[in-house]
Amino acid sequence: MKKLFLLGLLILAGATTYAGGYRVSLQGQRGLAMGHTGVAVVNNAELAFFNPAGLVFLEDKINAAVGVSAVFSDVVWQNEEFGQSARTDSPVGTPFYAYFSYKLSDKFSVGLAAYTPYGSSVEWEKDWAGSHLINDISLSAIYVQALGSYKITENLSVGGGPIYVSGSVNFNRNLNRTLSDLEGNRANVTVDASGVSAWGWSAGAMWSPIDSLNIGVNYRSEIIVKAEDGDADFENTPDSPLTSFPDTTFDAELPLPAELTIGASYQLNDKWLFAFDYNRTFWGVYESLDVDFAAPGTPDSFNPREYEDSSIYRFGLQYTANDMFTLRAGYYFDESPVQSGYFAPETPRNDSNNFTGGLSVNVTDNVAIDASFLYSKFKEIDESYDYYQENGQNVPFEGTYKSSAFVPGLGVTIKI
Amino acid sequence: MKNYFKYIAILALGIVSCEPELENPIEDGGVYSNGEADFSNYVALGNSLTAGYADGALYITGQENSYPNILASKFALTQETVDFTQPLVNDNIGGLLLGGNQIAEPRFVLGGESLATARPARYNGTPTTEVSSKLSGSFSNMGVPGAKSFHLLAPGYGNVAGVATGAANPYFARFASSDNTTVLADALAQNPTFFTLWIGNNDVLSYATSGGAGVYQENVTDFTQYGPNDITDANAFAFVYNSLVGQLAGQDGLGAEGVLINIPNVTDIPFFKVVPVNPIPLDAATAGALNAQFGAYNTQILPGLVQLGLLTEAEANSRKITFAEGAQNFVTLVDEDLTDISGILQQAPFNLDPQTAGLLGQLRQATPSDLIPLTSSSFIGTTVNNNPMLVNGVSVPLSDQHVLTAEEQALVAQVTAQYNGAIAAIAQEYSLGLVDANALLSSIASDGGLNYQGVPVSATFVSGGAFSLDGVHLTPRGYAVIANEIVNEINATYSADVPAVDVGSYGTVTINNNVQ
Repeated sequence: MKKLFLLGLLILAGATTYAGGYRVSLQGQRGLAMGHTGVAVVNNAELAFFNPAGLVFLEDKINAAVGVSAVFSDVVWQNEEFGQSARTDSPVGTPFYAYFSYKLSDKFSVGLAAYTPYGSSVEWEKDWAGSHLINDISLSAIYVQALGSYKITENLSVGGGPIYVSGSVNFNRNLNRTLSDLEGNRANVTVDASGVSAWGWSAGAMWSPIDSLNIGVNYRSEIIVKAEDGDADFENTPDSPLTSFPDTTFDAELPLPAELTIGASYQLNDKWLFAFDYNRTFWGVYESLDVDFAAPGTPDSFNPREYEDSSIYRFGLQYTANDMFTLRAGYYFDESPVQSGYFAPETPRNDSNNFTGGLSVNVTDNVAIDASFLYSKFKEIDESYDYYQENGQNVPFEGTYKSSAFVPGLGVTIKI
Repeated sequence: MKNYFKYIAILALGIVSCEPELENPIEDGGVYSNGEADFSNYVALGNSLTAGYADGALYITGQENSYPNILASKFALTQETVDFTQPLVNDNIGGLLLGGNQIAEPRFVLGGESLATARPARYNGTPTTEVSSKLSGSFSNMGVPGAKSFHLLAPGYGNVAGVATGAANPYFARFASSDNTTVLADALAQNPTFFTLWIGNNDVLSYATSGGAGVYQENVTDFTQYGPNDITDANAFAFVYNSLVGQLAGQDGLGAEGVLINIPNVTDIPFFKVVPVNPIPLDAATAGALNAQFGAYNTQILPGLVQLGLLTEAEANSRKITFAEGAQNFVTLVDEDLTDISGILQQAPFNLDPQTAGLLGQLRQATPSDLIPLTSSSFIGTTVNNNPMLVNGVSVPLSDQHVLTAEEQALVAQVTAQYNGAIAAIAQEYSLGLVDANALLSSIASDGGLNYQGVPVSATFVSGGAFSLDGVHLTPRGYAVIANEIVNEINATYSADVPAVDVGSYGTVTINNNVQ
């Protein structure tokens, strides 16, 4: 057992996780440890996120899972033509989840879920070379969902429920590459909106053609978060009617794209479980980030994004060592939705290889501790954002980027 | 089990501390190269252009965007360098105090309520930089606003006691190491391994910006004889310049490497492009009255002088004064290069009174080949003693200082070419880099100017991007263009790989409506 454990650690040491765009795939420590698979894995209350259809297959009457991750993610950038470089000093992100299910009958379970599948937290050095695109951003969305899970036959179930989203965003950038006040302080704007709500839904199905094989499908709808009358705070603008930027309000829309997952899990024997998930995230909806300032004289901000739908391929395995320990490892390949020429430093993500691992420790029959980690490995990439405009001309922002992310997480599973 | 957790914790911490690293990070110093140059101790010598002077004043953000400071930041990416220090002034207001009294005005900013009324004006603030508050230490940027070539060798140029009388320079007085030191001595004392030298602009520029109010001190090598607006003798300039470079770069001097920057044509600066030679609007009645006033002069006196053989037909025509209804009447001026005919006019057959004869003695109207300094814009059209009949530039001709005539321009161009010839020869003699700022600013001033990655840079006043609101000195963007050109020259001369300057990230004019 000790050997196996060390093997697990080694796999861990090569690991990474994070998703393209501002999708944060950290919705369960057990799933994450297996490459964030789970649409066809009946394991614990994490099914509330991965596939609510599976909740009814959980053996116990009451199931709960809560957890939190610490996202250590940073980006370094440099431009060799001009000798410029910068790195982010992003605050540690703490996405969390809390799932609960209750079996009303053999055929029907209900549940509640809260999770944070989208978010971003990036903080560049103030007034860095790309400050006309971003100084810092903090984006979060909390999903709260009521769930039902119904067993149609002994080996087929469906589940789903409505999602309520509460989102917030705080974004700061300089107005352009040069505008400053008399003292040389760069003119900048902060847009801030919180408590922005929206509705969506998710639904899934799970089929078990034979005892050892599960097949699952899950769809989570697109949710467009519309910030209305958010605060726009302009700082260090020149003291002149020629460049009037009164503090004002703004309207903006940010899409939280739909995601389709299909996958399978196979229980080889008492010890080994294999899982595979395929995600399709419909990022194509994110065409442009447009900020409409209420003040009539303040020019609106148009920022083409032109994301494309992207795929993630996830692989996981689980080894049940004994009554106390369960070890997990996984890998996934995450395709970036960001296209060449649209590489904006607020979400500088290219394709990544992600390595995960973790374990569960059954403290009692009812309580288990779940630990996981994710290591995202990004290739160094030369990219640019070509659609920033000054005086009607596109001014590309180019350079070499390298990202890294390491995400340890801890959770508790309860079954009664 | 406890042990396992311990391992996980150690492993986790190990990975967390792994920040993303590029394969070839600039931060680690492996990307660029100083080549055959040694930038470890860079000192810049020059005048206001080197100091980062802009908008008619020296202020902190201007100094921060001086081309030497931009260069030093690039040099530091190629090798270990000492910190580049500058004699920063006290504020972003600009201007100077001497003993509490203002001796230099605050900076220009772009004021106005709308784009239509936008205009450069002095910022409404009180300078706080006291000349007599001596800075301690030595400074890498030895640019001294107002300095001419020979000032860099002049003892006492930084003596505070001499500032009030004009014998010393207030900017150098702030940081000169002693009362009797010279700019060059303070530079040499720092043992620079690399230098830039951009000096000589003021040797012709102050003559030009004064509208040619000084004289050309041809063959005069005693600089104490020079007035502030005089042109330095070209041979004397070459001698001084050679002495400066010899002590910095020569075998008997420090043997430092460096780059010399030559002298732009003064006619490329917006200072002479803003005020047209025909800015006088007149209605029909006023034009008629003025024409009547000059009627006898145009139709009798000038033809009479031609008849007498005292003037050619062509010169007589050039001396005619005519006005018309409309917005584009040419200004009148006293041209010192014209033959003074006031004596003749007092004699028969003209018999004019001395005052009228004096007015007409060297009178003519401007032509498109004349240039009017920016500073005259606030003077033309004003009246003398509030007398509506005495309008400056119309009924009262402009004096010499308000017009740079074609003859004066030719003199400036000729001397500038001589200076640049000397600079090129000296650069070659000492195997130094040479930046042709003359050609660079000519292309900026030509149609459309230059373009840096989508950023246009032209010499158009206020909006062109290259020149600050005094019409003479550069903006941060203009200085970035210079720095970039110096980088190119260094890379070519010293086989170095110094990164380019991102011109578009440097600002232009500052907008502010708190103006005087």
